[in-house]
Amino acid sequence: MGLTMLYFAWVRERVGAGEERVDPPEGVQTVAGLIEWLSARSDGHAAAFAAPSRLRAAIDQRFVPLDAALNGAREVAIFPPVTGG
Amino acid sequence: MIRVSVDPAPIALGVEVAALEEGGAGGVATFTGVVRTDDGVEALELEHYPGMTEAALCALAEAAVARWNLLGVSIVHRVGRMTAGERIVFVGTAAAHRREALDSCAYLIDRLKTDAPFWKREWLAGGTRWVEPRAGDEEAAAVWS
Repeated sequence: MGLTMLYFAWVRERVGAGEERVDPPEGVQTVAGLIEWLSARSDGHAAAFAAPSRLRAAIDQRFVPLDAALNGAREVAIFPPVTGG
Repeated sequence: MIRVSVDPAPIALGVEVAALEEGGAGGVATFTGVVRTDDGVEALELEHYPGMTEAALCALAEAAVARWNLLGVSIVHRVGRMTAGERIVFVGTAAAHRREALDSCAYLIDRLKTDAPFWKREWLAGGTRWVEPRAGDEEAAAVWS
């Protein structure tokens, strides 16, 4: 089952795309596991995800901690801490 | 009345305040965020997560209406590129009395900073840099939980 990945701010810049479709293996069960798996896709992914403590995430447009389970997720977004207002 | 807008267009302050005053409120409180000119910053660029941003702002507005029994809430956030002195964000609340209006306005801007998916990038003479969150932002938002 495929996932839509969205990237924002410097994560988007390092990955080199704002959106991509991915199909992680069954062993990838959390956002943290997904980040680790995605890191192998390209040098850009590796650079974007090198420091997970600087990353935040949302599953299906809700903020989640990085240890959140992916089960049933359709859209996962990875981004730096938010800085609006 | 709940109004949430995420738009590249400049924020029309008078129009926003007048709309809040029309609902029969005894008090209207507003906060306006403006692009600073610190450290040689020439412009600011706001990126957001379309769909999630509007949902997050609506959820905050609904929470404020329920908690302070508000008559009106407006959250207007600009996105895209803006220059020093331009408005980034407007938060306005209308209530029967001043205390509810003032407290809910502070709540909304404090929580917006941590609960809505926006990212700021500064444009300087030598290039650009992504803004890091301020240490006090999480504490300010936590006060309201």
